[in-house]
Amino acid sequence: MVHSFASRCRPIACAFVAHVLSASAVLADPVSFNRDIRPILSDNCFSCHGPDASHRQADLRLDLRNDAMSAGAIVPGKPAESTLVSRVNATDADELMPPPESHKKLDAKQKELLARWIEEGAEYQQHWAYEKPVKAEVPAGSSGIDHLVRKRLAAIGLQVSPEADRRTLIRRLSFDLLGLPPTPDEVAAFVADTRPDAYVILVDRLLASPHYGEKMAIGWLDAVRFADTIGYHSDTPRNVWPYRDWVIRSFNDNQPFDQFTIHQVAGDLVPDASQETRVGSAFNRLLLTTEEGGAQPKDYEARMLTDRVRAIGAAWLGQTTGCAQCHDHKFDPFTARDFYALGAFFADIKEPIIGHPEDGMIVGTPEEHKRLAELDAALAEAKKKFDAIVSQLDAAQQQWEADIVAYGVTMPELAADSKATDADKNTAKQVAASLAKEPSKRDGNDKNRLRDYFRAKATKLFQTERDGLAKADKERKDFYDPLAKCLVSVHADSPRTVRILPRGNWMDETGEVVKPAFPAFLPQPTIEGREPNRLDLARWLVSRDNPLTARVVMNRLWRQFFGMGLSKVLDDLGAQGEPPANPELLDWLACEFMDSQWNMKHMVRTIVTSETYRQASVAAPQLATADPYNRELARQSAFRVDAECVRDAALSVSGLLVRTIGGPSVKPYQPEGYWENLNFPVRTYPNDTGDKQYRRGLYTWWQRSFLHPSMLAFDAPSREECCAERNRSNIPQQALVLLNDPSYVEAARSLAARILKECNGSPEERVAWAWRQVLQRLPRVEEMETVMPLLRTHIDHYKADPAAGEALLKTGLTAVPADVDKAELAAWTHVARVLLNLHETITRP
Amino acid sequence: MNGMNGLTMQQHNWIARRAFLGRSAQGVGAVALASLSTPGVLEAAPLRGVLEKPPLPQRAKRVIWLSMAGGPSHLETFDHKPKLAELDGKPMPESMTKGQQLAQLQGQKLICFGPQHPFSKMGPNGTEICSLFPQIGSVLGDICLIRSMTTDAINHDPAHMFMNTGSQIAGRPSMGAWVTYGLGSEAADLPGFVVLTSLGKGGQNQPIAARQWSSGFLPSRYQGVQLRSKGDPVLYLGNPAGITRPRQGADIAAINAINAQHDALTGDPEIATRIAQYEMAFAMQASVPELMDTKNESSKTLELYGCQPGDGSFASNCLLARRLAERGVRFIQLYHKDWDHHGGVKDGIKFKAEEIDRACMALITDLKDRGMLDSTIVVWAGEFGRTPMSQGNGRDHHNKAMSVWLAGGGIKGGLVYGASDELGYAAVENVCTVHDLHATMLHQLGIQHDAFSVKFQGLDAKLTGVEGANVLKDILA
Repeated sequence: MVHSFASRCRPIACAFVAHVLSASAVLADPVSFNRDIRPILSDNCFSCHGPDASHRQADLRLDLRNDAMSAGAIVPGKPAESTLVSRVNATDADELMPPPESHKKLDAKQKELLARWIEEGAEYQQHWAYEKPVKAEVPAGSSGIDHLVRKRLAAIGLQVSPEADRRTLIRRLSFDLLGLPPTPDEVAAFVADTRPDAYVILVDRLLASPHYGEKMAIGWLDAVRFADTIGYHSDTPRNVWPYRDWVIRSFNDNQPFDQFTIHQVAGDLVPDASQETRVGSAFNRLLLTTEEGGAQPKDYEARMLTDRVRAIGAAWLGQTTGCAQCHDHKFDPFTARDFYALGAFFADIKEPIIGHPEDGMIVGTPEEHKRLAELDAALAEAKKKFDAIVSQLDAAQQQWEADIVAYGVTMPELAADSKATDADKNTAKQVAASLAKEPSKRDGNDKNRLRDYFRAKATKLFQTERDGLAKADKERKDFYDPLAKCLVSVHADSPRTVRILPRGNWMDETGEVVKPAFPAFLPQPTIEGREPNRLDLARWLVSRDNPLTARVVMNRLWRQFFGMGLSKVLDDLGAQGEPPANPELLDWLACEFMDSQWNMKHMVRTIVTSETYRQASVAAPQLATADPYNRELARQSAFRVDAECVRDAALSVSGLLVRTIGGPSVKPYQPEGYWENLNFPVRTYPNDTGDKQYRRGLYTWWQRSFLHPSMLAFDAPSREECCAERNRSNIPQQALVLLNDPSYVEAARSLAARILKECNGSPEERVAWAWRQVLQRLPRVEEMETVMPLLRTHIDHYKADPAAGEALLKTGLTAVPADVDKAELAAWTHVARVLLNLHETITRP
Repeated sequence: MNGMNGLTMQQHNWIARRAFLGRSAQGVGAVALASLSTPGVLEAAPLRGVLEKPPLPQRAKRVIWLSMAGGPSHLETFDHKPKLAELDGKPMPESMTKGQQLAQLQGQKLICFGPQHPFSKMGPNGTEICSLFPQIGSVLGDICLIRSMTTDAINHDPAHMFMNTGSQIAGRPSMGAWVTYGLGSEAADLPGFVVLTSLGKGGQNQPIAARQWSSGFLPSRYQGVQLRSKGDPVLYLGNPAGITRPRQGADIAAINAINAQHDALTGDPEIATRIAQYEMAFAMQASVPELMDTKNESSKTLELYGCQPGDGSFASNCLLARRLAERGVRFIQLYHKDWDHHGGVKDGIKFKAEEIDRACMALITDLKDRGMLDSTIVVWAGEFGRTPMSQGNGRDHHNKAMSVWLAGGGIKGGLVYGASDELGYAAVENVCTVHDLHATMLHQLGIQHDAFSVKFQGLDAKLTGVEGANVLKDILA
């Protein structure tokens, strides 16, 4: 399947056929309901004549053939007699469909397609994504991807592009599989590797890297909305980071995707539930919660249910379920009952509906669990000893209180000659005030104050027992506090009652009570003699009969490697989504994924070793015109790397990157006051120091309401909602971040220090060395001509104004090397900065 | 290093040079090259919208939205309820409140709580508003007061989302993003949608999430950019220590020149955009400090607003709003916090009146004096109103009645529209929804709300939601 590079050289000029078939020529085929007609009907008609009964007009359904026929809308073979045709062509505004007030309008081509479809018999098809995928035949020995891409290209008269050069290939692979640029040595070795399977060896090396899991995790963490904070209102922290590490580990260990799914939805219910599977089940706790005073439990119970249904819809089913919160879906057969019945699967999860979540399960090593158990036992023992004496202690306290009151004793701290601190004097004043109250009038604060004071200051009774308890308590706490903890799913035997909420209104309790059930329009599993539970749902999501999950996951995976899904609407494979540009290919991928036992590394390897993946991304003009958005895959696409990897690339080439995998989220530099609009409590942002300052972007503290501004600028989602597809924007804030964010300035000066220390040569040689570090190529003549004068003027400037150079070099926490000229270093910082800001630097080629 | 695409380094460079020179003669490279020698000549272009021309007659060109965060009590601001004063301390009529959604008062005994400040007649028509707001009262002739606004949400965070995006689900575009997406901006070197925040003295400063000015599913360039009164006014706006503007300009010129060379080789349209964004960023580094520097405003203007340059007050932000409006920014949103008066509403409202009364008047007066009020919609609104029932000596959140006001932009001045019942519990006359407010504002901006949609998750997503909305024709001049 893998060809040698030498045999694949092909002159660029021959790569394109002169004649490119136009789109209309493609449509000369018989009309296909799924490809041509459903999108028209769904977008223009189903809103009033579709599955949603409550909004249906004129009692007409166009989504069902029999209904449409009996209403006379469609007379197969006879467009002239079909009211559908006459109404869409009507000139009278009262007759015209869609009605003018809908602001929908069919164009001439759409009208003609409808008429032709009726003429050809008005055949309906089940919506493509609800049919089980069928694996296309692929000639033995050839790549399914390449075969199906070429088949499609042949049909529309396009040809594949030549293979990209080796530097481009390794840069592309490194960004796609690791999220990091390759080193110059890695590039040189690959370029020089003459083995026929050099490419595959490279792919396998990258797949085995622990950074592979980090890169793969980014997209999944978006899809499940992983974040460090609760989301609503005060947006306070909660413990979930072990889940992020679990995701990374799962990809690195190549955990089969079906198991990966089951552990997330029901890792607490699987027969062999362990700490590891329970951490996976943190998925169910990633939703938005609130601690706002005045929040109503019923309100948030409804929000949480809908949040979870949307998450299952987005991450696995590729269905936009949100509409069914209020009414039956208008375009897809997803009903309000389906919505709430799906939500009912999660009604067993123990959690506070309002208020601060628990610390979560301790995620520790066996030794840690053992040590904690010992400390728990020691604490219990100390508590027992203390309990044995506490009544005597309390009696002594009562006596002490009574004596003070009876004899009018002044607290020692308040004596005229007291040398007590102001704080102690204050405490004593409060104690005196509490003592002055009638014992029956003392509130909880008074009682606590008196008890604490008595025990700390006024008595030595039972010191051993008291010290023993305090010590055991402190030892346990000191050990417990830093342990990793994670919110996980815990099953409650009596689940919350779930009702269909009419129009989504949580105040309305008239709706029918529903039990967990699978969406009625999808294949049903056989479960006998009991109610289905979360584990059944988890297994159903990845059952061979489920037509959606494998397609959804493969479509998202495709975007990672080509910049766009095969169906470009990643979160909606329903009627309002887009039928895939190459449906056979998506189905082949889905089947191959399931056939391989949901083997993710196998699928990644299959994709990146395809010739389709290895094509050059520069489009010849004819191809750019024929297929501007590269839907047909006659080339690769270049695109800007994800926010996290923009950071990773800068830290990596500057030598600052700390490559530790996993751990609590970290706080890179952030502008002061950025969290000023957070409250309850007021928040400060102490940025991390040492190694934690230089971690990869995906470990950045994910504050939902105020995500780190550098991440936000490059389109990292806030993860308040599931995000199947990030924006890929190009905005001025990105320039400001790369130019001025201290993280990037520090990266530039660190790269400059590397240039001066690691390359002993002329300035031109040093520029070339820097280019190789960042772009893994030599600078072009023009680049050299642009940079050299820049370097010279900066050197002159900083020689004349050394204070400016020193100020620049103070940016960031790393030390400035003592053995280099400061003016030179400052000037080279500018060269490094130019490099780190280049479009090419942050682009996966 | 080995060749690229089988070419030698020399061949490669030759092709690159030829392509670059060929392109730069007409393309973006020319600007970058020219500025290599003279940093600072980079020119940014205004953000474009998707509507070539507003589909409806455009009465207003921009919006200044004064968001009173926390939920102002309509009963101590703009909705006069003498009957509530009469019933002070008596139980709330059960017929009104049975089975209703309340926040912290849910399930508690509901007692009427009379208005805590007197009302007096102000403006040309003798409209009764709270006596703490005489300055706003003096410009009532320019204001349309709506006393019948309602909202769907009852907690701060979802209510802000609903007021800004027409939805309680996170991830939808804020109105500022929608409007900028539709109409673009006229400001060449400033963002099209700008947000400012200020704190109140009372301390009930409810958090505001950045999602309130998010562009949601619209392109990120339409998102709101926050201008801060402390530190860099725009995040990362300031050059790193030691780097002067000419130094920065030289680097940007080099970056853009090299990017232009790369563009010539690859023909990737994103590169031209990248170059334009660096130009915009460089322009903003000059224009934003200039914008924020109000020292050159006349003493008369500073007195009108009652603020000191750079004090971060709501009044200062109002002055900045006018400056932003002058520079062509499309949508300006000011958050002023600390309206969440669960307790101590009497003193709390006094603080607020001191902070906003003069500033609101000044903004309207200043815009009018400069002939800009006609083309600017000024909106004053919280995220919800407050209960006529007491919560200690304060009021709980309430979504059935609230007061908002609009001025300018072809909205009728001197008008009171709609009414709540005699206790201020529920809007009863000309009941308005948030969607209606959005639809009306879009209408004035020349946009037909029900035809202004973007495909998202299979729906034609609109600011005004799926349930429909009405343009409030009666309040249009």
